[in-house]
Amino acid sequence: MGGSMFVAPEINYVALLPMIIVFVGGLVGVTVEGFASRRTRYAVQVPLSVATLVLALVALILLGQDNQGLTAADTVALDGVALTLQGLVLVLSILGLLAMSERFGGDQPDAFTQSGVSTPGSAEETLATKVGATTTEIYPLTLMSVGGMMLFVAANDLLLLFVALEILSLPLYVLSGLARRRRLLSQEASLKYFLLGSFSSAFYLFGAVLLYGYAGSMRFADIAAAITSGVGMDGLLVPGVLLVAVGLLFKVGAVPFHAWTPDVYQGAPTPVTGFMAACTKVAAFGAMLRVLYVAVEGARLEWQPVIAVVAALSMVVGALLSIVQTDVKRILAYSSIAHAGFILTGVVALDVAGVSSTMFYLATYGFMTIPAFAIVALVRSAGTEATLVDQWAGLGRRSPWIAACFTFLLMALAGIPLTSGFTGKFAVFSAAVSQGWAWLAVIGVLASAVTAYIYFTLVVQMWLGDEAGDTVVVRPSWMTSVAILVGVAMTLALGIMPSPVLDLAQSTAAFLR
Amino acid sequence: MSVHDLSHGLASVSLALADDPGGLGATHATQAEGIAGLGWLMIALPLAGAALLLLGGRMTNSWGPALATLLSWASFAVGVAVIVQLTGLPAEERALTVPLWDWVSVGDLSLTAGLLLDPLSLAFVMLITFVGSLIHVYSLGYMEHDPDKRRFFAYLNLFVAAMLILVLADSYLLLFVGWEGVGLASYLLIGFWNWNPEYAAAANKAFVVNRVGDVGLITAMAIMLATFGALDFATVHGNAGGAGDLTLTLIGLALLLGACGKSAQFPLQSWLGDAMAGPTPVSALIHAATMVTAGVYLIARSQAIYDLTPDARLVVAIVGALTLLYGAIVGCAKDDIKKALAASTMSQIGYMMLAVGLGPVGYLYAIFHLVTHGFFKANMFLGAGSVMHAMDNRVDMRRFGALRTDIKITFVTFAAGWLAIIGFPFTAGWFSKDYIIETAFTMEGWQGWVFGGVALLGAGITAFYMSRLFFMTFFGTARWHDDAHPHESPLVMTVPMMVLALGSLVLGAVLYPTGIITGWLEPVFGHAEHGEPLIPVLAIQISAFVLMVVGAGLAWMMYARRDVPETAPEASLVTVAARRDLFQDDVNDAIFTGPTMALARTAVDADATLVEGGVTGGTTGGLNAVSGMLRRAQNGFVRSYALTMLLGVVAILGAVWVMQ
Repeated sequence: MGGSMFVAPEINYVALLPMIIVFVGGLVGVTVEGFASRRTRYAVQVPLSVATLVLALVALILLGQDNQGLTAADTVALDGVALTLQGLVLVLSILGLLAMSERFGGDQPDAFTQSGVSTPGSAEETLATKVGATTTEIYPLTLMSVGGMMLFVAANDLLLLFVALEILSLPLYVLSGLARRRRLLSQEASLKYFLLGSFSSAFYLFGAVLLYGYAGSMRFADIAAAITSGVGMDGLLVPGVLLVAVGLLFKVGAVPFHAWTPDVYQGAPTPVTGFMAACTKVAAFGAMLRVLYVAVEGARLEWQPVIAVVAALSMVVGALLSIVQTDVKRILAYSSIAHAGFILTGVVALDVAGVSSTMFYLATYGFMTIPAFAIVALVRSAGTEATLVDQWAGLGRRSPWIAACFTFLLMALAGIPLTSGFTGKFAVFSAAVSQGWAWLAVIGVLASAVTAYIYFTLVVQMWLGDEAGDTVVVRPSWMTSVAILVGVAMTLALGIMPSPVLDLAQSTAAFLR
Repeated sequence: MSVHDLSHGLASVSLALADDPGGLGATHATQAEGIAGLGWLMIALPLAGAALLLLGGRMTNSWGPALATLLSWASFAVGVAVIVQLTGLPAEERALTVPLWDWVSVGDLSLTAGLLLDPLSLAFVMLITFVGSLIHVYSLGYMEHDPDKRRFFAYLNLFVAAMLILVLADSYLLLFVGWEGVGLASYLLIGFWNWNPEYAAAANKAFVVNRVGDVGLITAMAIMLATFGALDFATVHGNAGGAGDLTLTLIGLALLLGACGKSAQFPLQSWLGDAMAGPTPVSALIHAATMVTAGVYLIARSQAIYDLTPDARLVVAIVGALTLLYGAIVGCAKDDIKKALAASTMSQIGYMMLAVGLGPVGYLYAIFHLVTHGFFKANMFLGAGSVMHAMDNRVDMRRFGALRTDIKITFVTFAAGWLAIIGFPFTAGWFSKDYIIETAFTMEGWQGWVFGGVALLGAGITAFYMSRLFFMTFFGTARWHDDAHPHESPLVMTVPMMVLALGSLVLGAVLYPTGIITGWLEPVFGHAEHGEPLIPVLAIQISAFVLMVVGAGLAWMMYARRDVPETAPEASLVTVAARRDLFQDDVNDAIFTGPTMALARTAVDADATLVEGGVTGGTTGGLNAVSGMLRRAQNGFVRSYALTMLLGVVAILGAVWVMQ
């Protein structure tokens, strides 16, 4: 600070390589959109984006360990938490991308419209369908979003955090509006998501500005130092912390910043919803952990109760509202709100167990959510997804395997033992209890019981209900099958032998400051 | 091999545990090498077969059954190889451990999953895999036209694997895995033809009654864990001497309860008769030769505990004596050939139970009888299957008769089994059963007279009811249904019967007078001197022989010379009681099923009226109402959503401001 000369900061490009790979892959994808013919785009984009993600994952595994540290003028922190969550985002986004690429034998991703810009039902739309237009832009968009998420969990500076937030959000706004069927609903969802997202970003920025005013720096370390030394402008600190938190709480869909979640989850193309639910949560909670644990840990007495109340509200409201839903996607949306509350219970703990249990829970939630939405995309009636609970009646008799997988995932969402849902909840609740937040765990358990009701209603409908008229389960290609099987297998594995992943989460739970 | 590496790492642990002196006073287990180190293959082979046949689906239809049979024989071959290796060792070193992996480490308990290869477990391995493989072969013919043949063989393989886990386990916990595994296989196979609700109900009955026994075994394990902090045989048996009398008695009784469930001993005997609903090879393998003897194995294996608790041991003997009479009486009145055989199984296991209840001298004869019984009873069950095959799957002996000429091979092989079970001199059953009777007479005081007398009386009744079965089926006049055309079964079925028939005749003479069985089992049970019986051995032998002749003669007079009515005639109260299994189901219904069902109905009613109507009804109603109100906030308008967020922010900041 204070020097008149601009000194270019040291940047450890090797450490940033995984993110660079993803962004470059996204840019190459944009180029492909420009140069490749319509027919070949799908065939190029799918392997390109999957390969990009796999390559980034390999780079992360090979290089991450030895290149930990702060870089780029301390604005990026690549520590155990960042690397673990980046790896989780990459793995989940590979699964999400596979589910997005499902074509059901057609020549383009089935969930996405031919022409996002055309008005639904217009002549342009018909024309676009006729000439076989495609929306393979989803691949570069997804890669950009994934890159943003990876940066989000590593950002060690409020400004960089904001940039990452926008990088990950903007593609998601677009992706949400690209559904092939029920396009109006999808576009409405996209617009809502964008407007409310901007609104919450404004809160975040306001909070960041207040913190800058308080600490004179955007760096987390500087903010933490300012809090420790006590600069005497507490009037800026507390509102700053809380407003920054609002921006992050919006992203995870915690009450009272959750209102967008059901509408967007319902309107967005189903595989996008799965990707969004799983990966955005990982990224946003990663960022939240870093802000709360690294930057403003010293002001915990001010924010901890607020986060605790938000956690309680999320669990209660998410659980209560889920029980009157009649749409499977909305049930999963409200379930995601309740899960945000469960995860916040781990965040509140504010110790190493809090970090590790939160990370573990994020992994379990991601691996159960992506396959769940992938299965929703398979259940069809008259060409569109049959998302009403009534339409799922008797599914178990027609497609026992799919119904069994979905039942298992619902058990996991409910937190039944032998699924990862149980071990995850156990981890966050015990972290919270050990730090004196027992009442939060009690609310969590009660909320779990309430949510179990709607999951079981769905299970009963699937196995015991009378078969609903024309609902069919489309036979998935290998891509969706892989996404579903990996998710289900992980859900089982984390349920019966959680220790390897728990150990990993525990050994990487320390932040670099 | 990773298993091998792992086992090296764990060897020190198990050795340390096995090093404990006392208790058995027997061999110190050392770690297996060579073929014995691959002992786990015995379990893995049939288990892989079961998995392949179940997961492989229709693809394996054509070759699956043959593969399952082959894998069962392969398991037998490994068993033989292990025995050969073991015989090369000095007697006191014939106990090898095969540690497999670190299984449970919770709190203070750390348990390695491992196998124990000793003379006792290997005697069972031989019985299970040899008889089991023969029955696999037999089933190739018996189940030939069944549409679910593949599934049947998958279950058979599953059973063999589970039974081998049971007998090869080196801890009570792993034994329990096999215990439940055979229970599952038994359940699946009794209900194999579950399109018949009666068969499905029989499977359920077996399952439920066995759960009662399991509670005993689990309780025993819980007490062991609390007392010894371990569940492996070496530690538990090694430290048994340090436990209190009451503890040991409780463990002994709890183990006995488990044994009663699995081995259909009084008072948990009621499931065995109904279990005959399963295909006949299943009755032969599971419900005669092997699984039902698991209870005897459990008690024999736990001898270190029973040696220290005479009270529990006495109860074992009483249960055995009761059941042997019970089964024999029921057997006299059954007209269903399989149910009569089931009653006799119950009775014969009663003999074994009595023998293990007699103390160190009895163990040997219990296991000896168990092995010979496995042969002659499996032989007769397979024979019964062959008879059913010839008589269009009918089982009512009142509609059999005079079958000896039409199905000669079956008749001859069955005759061998019959001679063995009634204890005709120098057949397998004569050796093993007579020694149990003699040992019973060596008990002191009243015990000798009671147990000896019961065993002797039981032998006479056995001769009567088994002869009744034999004569009703093969002698007398033909009382067949009009459409019956008896025909001999194919060779694939009769050859296993011939092999078992040969065993029924000569196995006793091969194993006992040569000292093979005594020498083989001595390292496990120790050497126990045969006490002097209350009456001379010769007198016992003669009276047993006389009783046998009287029983068989009586049966000849009643069921071969005289006409047998085609329907069961009116009979005395005793006969009616025996036909109804001495009212076992009525008693169970009155004491257990009835009250349980009443309780269940009350609970359902209470749930419907009180809980659903009141407590949860109120809760869910309330929740729904709250939910409905909250739902109104979710109206779809972005402006309302933004307002919600703003209100949230204001509320948070306001609350913090107020708190400060």
